[in-house]
Amino acid sequence: MADVIEVNCETGEVTTRPQTDEEIAAAKAAAAQAEADAKAKADADAAIAKAKASAQAKLTALGLTADEVAALVG
Amino acid sequence: MATYNLIASQVVGSGGASSVTFSSIPNTYTDLKVVASTQQTGAATTASLNLTLNGSSSGFTYRALQGSGSGASSINGSTGYWGQGDAASATANTFGNAEFYLPNYTSSNYKSISADTVDENNIAAAYAQFTALLWSNTAAITSVSLVSGNGNWAQYSTFYLYGIKNS
Repeated sequence: MADVIEVNCETGEVTTRPQTDEEIAAAKAAAAQAEADAKAKADADAAIAKAKASAQAKLTALGLTADEVAALVG
Repeated sequence: MATYNLIASQVVGSGGASSVTFSSIPNTYTDLKVVASTQQTGAATTASLNLTLNGSSSGFTYRALQGSGSGASSINGSTGYWGQGDAASATANTFGNAEFYLPNYTSSNYKSISADTVDENNIAAAYAQFTALLWSNTAAITSVSLVSGNGNWAQYSTFYLYGIKNS
């Protein structure tokens, strides 16, 4: 079980103690949130990559050169 | 001229820590700033940085703009999320950099936080983020807890709390 570190800014005293059950539950919730955040990031990145590829294909179909497409869509 | 004063700091020891709390923060400053260098022990390349204020994990909303190395996007949510940092599968012996600014922490208005964070990671995807975080609570802030999002704060993770005032 990991410790919780608390620094008292008035006294400078540092205390460590084991996590409470409530804090363990909060940590589990935070881990679940981390997973959700990671998925949200991956989904957002994938959506952008997909839209970019689609835009590049459509511009190419319109007759733009590869350099011109790259100038517009990177 | 505004002055920065180091209120307190903490380096995580060999056992790691699930959170680091700065408590009994004096009310003699106008703003607070936290600067951190972190690695987390969870098995991932990147992990979220979270916080609680006055022990509360509710009342938060955030919007983050991020670059991953291959794309740019934004995410939002309702937790005390303030960015991304290194986790155990990141490049060995590297720590992510992170800081946030919290103005008017003793006021009776809602509290806004602006954060910028980066993963230090020698792989294809490493996140750099700007995050705007709002705590919809009117209480003066007396404690700030920095909470690991995946596993624990690894040894040598460091946290500095500064107070800023106009004198």
